[in-house]
Amino acid sequence: MDLGPFLFLATLEGLVTASVLALTALGLSLVFGVMRVVNVAHGEFYMLGAVIAWFTAATVPGPAAVSFLAAIIVAPIAVGALAAATDWLILKRINYNPEATIVATIGLLYMIQQATLTFYGPDARPVEAPIVFRIQFPWFGYSGYKIVVIGFAILVLALTWAVLTRSKLGLLMRATQYDRETAQAFGIPVDIVYAGVFAAGAMLAAIGAVLIVPIRQAHYLMGGEALLLSFIVVIIGGLGSLRGTIVAALFIGLSDGIISVFFTPILAKILATLLVACVLILRPQGLFGRAPG
Amino acid sequence: MKIQKPSRLAVNSVTRRSALKGLGAAAGASAVLSAAPGFVRYSQAQSSEPIKIGFQVHRTGIGASYGRWYERVTNAAAKLINDEGGINGRMVEIVPEDDGTDPKRGAEVVEKFATRHNCDVAFGTLFSHVVIGSAPAAGEQKLPYFVVSEGYHVASGGLNRYVFQPGITDVRQQISSMAPWVSQNLGKKVTMVYPDFAFGHDHRDFFSKAIAAQGGEVLELIPIPPTESSFTRYFPRIPSATEVLYHVMVGPGVLTFVKEMGEHFGSNRPEIFGFIDSLEAVDINSPGLEFLEGSHFWEAYPRYKQANSSAHDALYRKAVGIDDSGASTADPKDVSTASHMFGCWETLFTIKDAMEASGYQSTADRGKLIEAMEAITTIAESREHPQGEKLFNGKIHQSFGKQHISKVAGGRLDVVHTTSLEDGFYEPEADYTTQAL
Repeated sequence: MDLGPFLFLATLEGLVTASVLALTALGLSLVFGVMRVVNVAHGEFYMLGAVIAWFTAATVPGPAAVSFLAAIIVAPIAVGALAAATDWLILKRINYNPEATIVATIGLLYMIQQATLTFYGPDARPVEAPIVFRIQFPWFGYSGYKIVVIGFAILVLALTWAVLTRSKLGLLMRATQYDRETAQAFGIPVDIVYAGVFAAGAMLAAIGAVLIVPIRQAHYLMGGEALLLSFIVVIIGGLGSLRGTIVAALFIGLSDGIISVFFTPILAKILATLLVACVLILRPQGLFGRAPG
Repeated sequence: MKIQKPSRLAVNSVTRRSALKGLGAAAGASAVLSAAPGFVRYSQAQSSEPIKIGFQVHRTGIGASYGRWYERVTNAAAKLINDEGGINGRMVEIVPEDDGTDPKRGAEVVEKFATRHNCDVAFGTLFSHVVIGSAPAAGEQKLPYFVVSEGYHVASGGLNRYVFQPGITDVRQQISSMAPWVSQNLGKKVTMVYPDFAFGHDHRDFFSKAIAAQGGEVLELIPIPPTESSFTRYFPRIPSATEVLYHVMVGPGVLTFVKEMGEHFGSNRPEIFGFIDSLEAVDINSPGLEFLEGSHFWEAYPRYKQANSSAHDALYRKAVGIDDSGASTADPKDVSTASHMFGCWETLFTIKDAMEASGYQSTADRGKLIEAMEAITTIAESREHPQGEKLFNGKIHQSFGKQHISKVAGGRLDVVHTTSLEDGFYEPEADYTTQAL
């Protein structure tokens, strides 16, 4: 294949990775930004999104499009509810203490993962794509659904952005993020905001997972890579910075796609990790993060 | 501050309910104790204790789909052995331990079998990196270690005298026996896609040689990291002159691999020859796999019952709980790993034969057991060996058997070619019998 089409394919692949990664990482970043909680179980919320999508698609009868539509509604809501319950049952009880929340979410990671292995099993199971068509470019064929994924992810990102910057809900979140105690003094129900933010973060991951599951199947170990890449993106972009998260997701996704196609996927991971190290040394607050103090 | 009540109070306030609860718990605990084999007290001589077979099983990690079926087949074979009186008059006890499909954990599990559980032998590992990681521990502990792994690592002489692979053939003979058919029927210009670890490297090395011997050539080698989840980006590397795409993949990403291959090629595809490893535990009728219609697979054990299947096959299917389509009789969506798991069945019966031949009594007889294994030459097709007859080479601890090539048609796999034992023969490169016990 010539260089041009080769690069084109790499870019398409990179965009698919980037769009799903942006959703997942945004969830992680949002939770840290508002709550100062490093959620190590974030990847498992992603995995649960995929697994619940499979269950929903397997239960709801009718054509693939209908069962997929059900999945993309049910899975994020179920995962969000679980996350809100987690916040109320665990995180609130340990007063959002930074060290304790890390340990608690590590525990949560294992609980979710092993419960999934027990009740869902070790197989990778497919969910049928809602729309199946193949785009035949002059040089290669490409999955039409992947293009849809990119579009849908952009839509969800725009919606999240609008909610955070333009709505009353976003204002409450930003107020809580800025100064928790003052917000509480002004009558903002901080507890509810926290539970809501934790749920929203998990839901973003779940939406990303539902989008990817017709491409990559639901598997109980799929959360690991999602967590790692999300952390890479969030560290590069700056913890808590939404703009930084999206820019970094685009960068990591595209470079992963392009480097993987032209060299090897291992090199792409090595370079991403190297970039994280450089950012941590030279600009610890991330490219778009604000320095503390 | 909370005031601690004296514990005496609690003792005094025993109610009828708490007393019943306590009694119930004690009864339950004693029931568990008496049911747990490890706690049984033997009033007779030591020889009526069970023969303990440590089962290193991939319950978690990327091998979990295989592990689940390995466990079902192993339990079915052990049940049959015990129903018919056990080995040398002693019952067989399977001691399963999860290795997480992880080599480091695998070595720990093997040590645990030898030191903690006091197992007579260890058995059952599939993934090649776990076998390679665990084999040194088996050698150190002088614990006979029977793997069901396919890799060439046993036959290569790279492991040690305690490691055997009697129940399943190795990659080298599989490939050597099938390369002629591939070059004569599918094409001579081959591109290979394989996992980038020991098992995949066996494929790379031996297929490249075997196809060259047939006057063909490998155009491109595409190794894929074992944790990969997306494959589209590898397909541009497949040269357009490719006549045959040879694929072997393991791990949870295989379904994606085939689907993305379909999207990439569309109807204009080369011939495709794959190892069923790519689709073990996966329903051939899954959405996205329509693309495989008309392609060919290697199978060690036909997943779908064939017209000429033996009575042994029927008995084996019934015992391990799979139907004529190779899926669980309890859940047709639960597809078996048919081409690998039969190895557990056959290996357990081979262990039984060798233990009986050597008059095995205790762990002190492990040396005799190993010599008895090495003395095995032919294994006849039978209820104990439903996959077919085999020749066992005691020098390289490896058995040789038949291979099948099946075609995907009408949503099932049907055998179109079966190789002979001789097709897979190669010159042994090692002799474990020269190593000290």
